[in-house]
Amino acid sequence: MKLTPGNKKLRITFLAMLALALGIFLAGQVYRPALAQNPTPTDDEVNRIAHQLYCPVCENTPLDVCPTEACRQWRDLIRQQLSKGWTEDQIKQYFIDQYGVRVVGEPPATGLNWLVYVLPPLIILAGAFILFRALRAWTKSSKAATAAGSGTEAPRDDYVARLEEELKKRK
Amino acid sequence: MQGAAISRENVMNEIKETAPRRGVPVWAQIVVWTLLVALLVLVAVGLNRAQQGQVQKGDRINDLTLTLFSGYEYNGANQVKLSDLNGKVVVVNFWASWCKPCEQEAADLEKSWELYKGGGRVVFIGVDYVDTEPEARAYLKKFGITFSNGPDLGTKISQMFRIKGVPETYFIDQKGVLQYVQIGPFTSVADIQAIIDPMLK
Repeated sequence: MKLTPGNKKLRITFLAMLALALGIFLAGQVYRPALAQNPTPTDDEVNRIAHQLYCPVCENTPLDVCPTEACRQWRDLIRQQLSKGWTEDQIKQYFIDQYGVRVVGEPPATGLNWLVYVLPPLIILAGAFILFRALRAWTKSSKAATAAGSGTEAPRDDYVARLEEELKKRK
Repeated sequence: MQGAAISRENVMNEIKETAPRRGVPVWAQIVVWTLLVALLVLVAVGLNRAQQGQVQKGDRINDLTLTLFSGYEYNGANQVKLSDLNGKVVVVNFWASWCKPCEQEAADLEKSWELYKGGGRVVFIGVDYVDTEPEARAYLKKFGITFSNGPDLGTKISQMFRIKGVPETYFIDQKGVLQYVQIGPFTSVADIQAIIDPMLK
């Protein structure tokens, strides 16, 4: 194909547009990783963590459903920490450090708190063991009673007969 | 009759011998009762602690350490201990940025601080209760607070005073003994002075 001035212009234009498109594409490749590293946390992500925390002021109200202004600020704080890349454990530890252990649903097993985790299973196990022993003892005793009863049926009948006889006399 | 008595006694003895034994082992009873008593003791201690109420006038206040917000240091230090303030009247004010009644007294507290800070005999300390730092700083800036302030980390200090809410203000004398408790906001600078001045005599 012969390069006429018109054709030459067209080719230059086409090449310029191609270069521009390539440049935009490459720029997107460079910047995309940065955008992917700091996405804005969704409400679900924030509430998933907030649900595990309790409002430090309102009693027994999880942070995700607490309607107060203070709770909104704490949820915003979680959002900021998530966008900085904090993990769930880091965020929970931050809240514990700031507001005390009562902000988490499960108290840490330190000091006397460990009794909350140890005592209930211990009591259940002890109760199950006692019940097992009692049932075994009852089963053994009733078997022994049956065995004793079959061996002495004649005297038992004799005693019952004599008792009935005495009772009749009293009437 | 004697025959009837003997027969009844024999029948009763036989019933006793052949009846199934229903007793729980003694050691098991001891274990269960011990656990129950331990549980009751724990509950009693917890209830007693919950019903203690706030610290009262005349109570000696245990030493406390407050980490201060930057820009609100005490004599250049970013921490202040109550024991370092012996010999001075200490006013400990619990507040929060989300607390509307706290706003009513903020300006009066700052004015009072301005009146006493030159004498060096009174120290005002603000304890920010379960708050977020940006909002706390905005609150302090809004009311022009200049006395030392810091967050109640882990709510240790508020638990020590056993506060019921905010705002609450505690006046501690030069020997570390609590002399006055203000529940709710102050309504004037004069009210604050009426508490502090007698303590300075």
